[in-house]
Amino acid sequence: MQTENHLIRKPSLEKLFNYLIGNGKTIYAPKAKGKLVFFDNVTDFGEVTEDYIVTTNSAKSVVFPRTEKVFSYKKSKESTEIIDAADNTYPDVVLWGSRPCDAAAFIPLNNTFNEDYPDIIFNKRSQKVLVLSFSCSYSDDYCFCTSVNGGPGNTTGSDILFTRLSTGDYLAEVITEKGKLLVTENNSLFEPKPEESKEQNLALIKAYFNQEEIQTKLQNLFENPVWDEKSRACLGCGSCAYVCPVCSCFDIQDEAHGHKGTRLRCWDSCGFGLFTLHTSGHNPRETQGARWRQRILHKFLYMPNKTKVAGCVGCGRCSRSCPADINILDTVTSL
Amino acid sequence: MKELIQKAASLLETNVVQVVIGYGKGSADRTRAIFSTTAADCEQLIFDSRCIQNLAVYLTKAEIKKMGKPAIVAPLPVLRSILQLAAENQITDDSLVVLGVSPESELIEFESLAAIETYLATKQIAIEEKYQTTIKAIKAMPVSERFAYWVKELEPCFKCYACRAACPLCYCTRCTVENNQPQWISVASHSLGNLEWHIMRAMHLAGRCTDCEACYNACPMGIPIYLLTKSMLQDVSENFGTYGPSLHRDNTLSSFNPDDKESFIR
Amino acid sequence: MNEFEPKIVAFVCNWCTYAGADLTGTSRIKYAQNVKIIRFPCTGRIDFMLLLKSFGEGADGIIVSGCHPNDCHYTSGNFHARRRWIMFRGLLDMLGIDVRRIQYSWVSAAEGAKWADVVNTTVTAIRELGPYTDYAKVAGYLEKEANV
Repeated sequence: MQTENHLIRKPSLEKLFNYLIGNGKTIYAPKAKGKLVFFDNVTDFGEVTEDYIVTTNSAKSVVFPRTEKVFSYKKSKESTEIIDAADNTYPDVVLWGSRPCDAAAFIPLNNTFNEDYPDIIFNKRSQKVLVLSFSCSYSDDYCFCTSVNGGPGNTTGSDILFTRLSTGDYLAEVITEKGKLLVTENNSLFEPKPEESKEQNLALIKAYFNQEEIQTKLQNLFENPVWDEKSRACLGCGSCAYVCPVCSCFDIQDEAHGHKGTRLRCWDSCGFGLFTLHTSGHNPRETQGARWRQRILHKFLYMPNKTKVAGCVGCGRCSRSCPADINILDTVTSL
Repeated sequence: MKELIQKAASLLETNVVQVVIGYGKGSADRTRAIFSTTAADCEQLIFDSRCIQNLAVYLTKAEIKKMGKPAIVAPLPVLRSILQLAAENQITDDSLVVLGVSPESELIEFESLAAIETYLATKQIAIEEKYQTTIKAIKAMPVSERFAYWVKELEPCFKCYACRAACPLCYCTRCTVENNQPQWISVASHSLGNLEWHIMRAMHLAGRCTDCEACYNACPMGIPIYLLTKSMLQDVSENFGTYGPSLHRDNTLSSFNPDDKESFIR
Repeated sequence: MNEFEPKIVAFVCNWCTYAGADLTGTSRIKYAQNVKIIRFPCTGRIDFMLLLKSFGEGADGIIVSGCHPNDCHYTSGNFHARRRWIMFRGLLDMLGIDVRRIQYSWVSAAEGAKWADVVNTTVTAIRELGPYTDYAKVAGYLEKEANV
């Protein structure tokens, strides 16, 4: 649909939030805890913070929770009952305060979960998510969205994108039908579009590299000392993958308790040594360097080769959260 | 600082060591571990209050061991970890050179691991008062409330295992959580899985933890998991007297005293 | 019939408490039937994770019992166990896992009557405390917990 622009005043934002709560929506929004800001379940507008560049955790868990029930079963002497999670009704979720990078991440996520087999649970959850993003008015040294075809005011993946104007009010760009429906339902809160331009209110984020160039370069870099060099300090934890809005590797776990049990889909990470360990004891990715290479190649070569969209949105979360300060931008720009 | 760089460079030049594990400039205002292999690399070494990562974690890592004999830049928390690693027979006098850094940022050279123990004898581990207060406050809660507090605190844990990875004493090549026959701990990061994981982690560090806070510093979700190990550290000193890494005293849980006192066994 | 019957798991060592419990039986001493005995080679072999698993699977109380100090078949297994329980108990207490629900004891092969007493007093104590719901609630996440 054609993007529609409106003005929404600051106090009206709270009214919009309360309207959503009143309609029984589950809202995930940035909430401060100590020095960190997390996407968390929020019921009171007062809990929502505006003071963040990006949240520590990503928003992917609204469509790809860290532990997802796939099915459960109950056995009795007579029969076995199976409850398929694909038959579940999933909650109406509003993602409030996502950044354009968070919203953009839903595109590669969606590609992964619908590549050869449409993942029913993922799709059911996705359909129920309304993405209300806020443009970035400031950034830090870790941000590089502009290098991966994104930007501080990019509308991809959002239903509505709000941009804070110098007056403290917001420009609302309504991008999808879902977003438009919300505007229609709350017509009184939205005013005609403001005069002020959007661009002057956006953060300036340097373009460090060109994603297509990196993609080309990576085709011949499988054997290269850079992988070991850049990952030398890597501790082999999974924090980069777990805070990443695009990483979607998972591990299937069966938890049985007597005559009942559950199959779960749990997050996994290519940074773990166990990730590729074979039963024989052989590990095709034996060192942290090989694992780091996989991570970069997957995001910047394999994914764009397959779907035209890179597996990185430039949010910089992995670098911020890395306990050993391994910086993805640093690796990619050094290629 | 100059002293440290010179010493590190000369160790590499004379081939006493093949790699120097130290701190260098990192992203934004952070520092990061750097691995110098030439005298020229050593120019990048820095040391200041931002250098909080516990570098001792690299001493047992296969990728780093492959680089040859290391020298390691070691402020107080790193020295404690080194001594504990030595007590657990993970390193010997011959396997590394320790470039100690005093709280005043001065280079301290250690002849041997025993010399580290002598140095540390004057710098006993002490739980800061603010943590003592927090632990006391938690323990004063009614039992159900305390349990609910921890379930909530551990809720954000998504089991990235950064706490384990950053801990110099978590050097097992295969962790209990990775054993699945039987599956001791649920892989899933639901409440039970998280609770079991953190209990297991704390228990396996009981009497070994040197209170470096690397686990907390590594946790992307900012969970105060160090409160568990700090509380256990207090328990060790209350129940078994002296505490801290030592080359001649066995670990708390791998030793015993026939006269150990308790009040709950009938 | 609605009275709460505690489910109690007893981890006992093969050489002392298990033999002691056997003696309780051969001596025809009656004691509460709420206990399920699991035999181990030694208290030193009883991993703390087993206790957690018991609570996770719905136990209301736990008994851990072995040889008296200096009586261990393997000389020092119980001494090691004692240190472990001191530390474990402290940790559980910090976490708010109800330590009153775990009874440790030394019961020798000759103490049939003491075993009956340990079980009976534990059952009475747990009956007073009621069902252990805190831990079970967490373990029952699948039914209740939201997935995000």
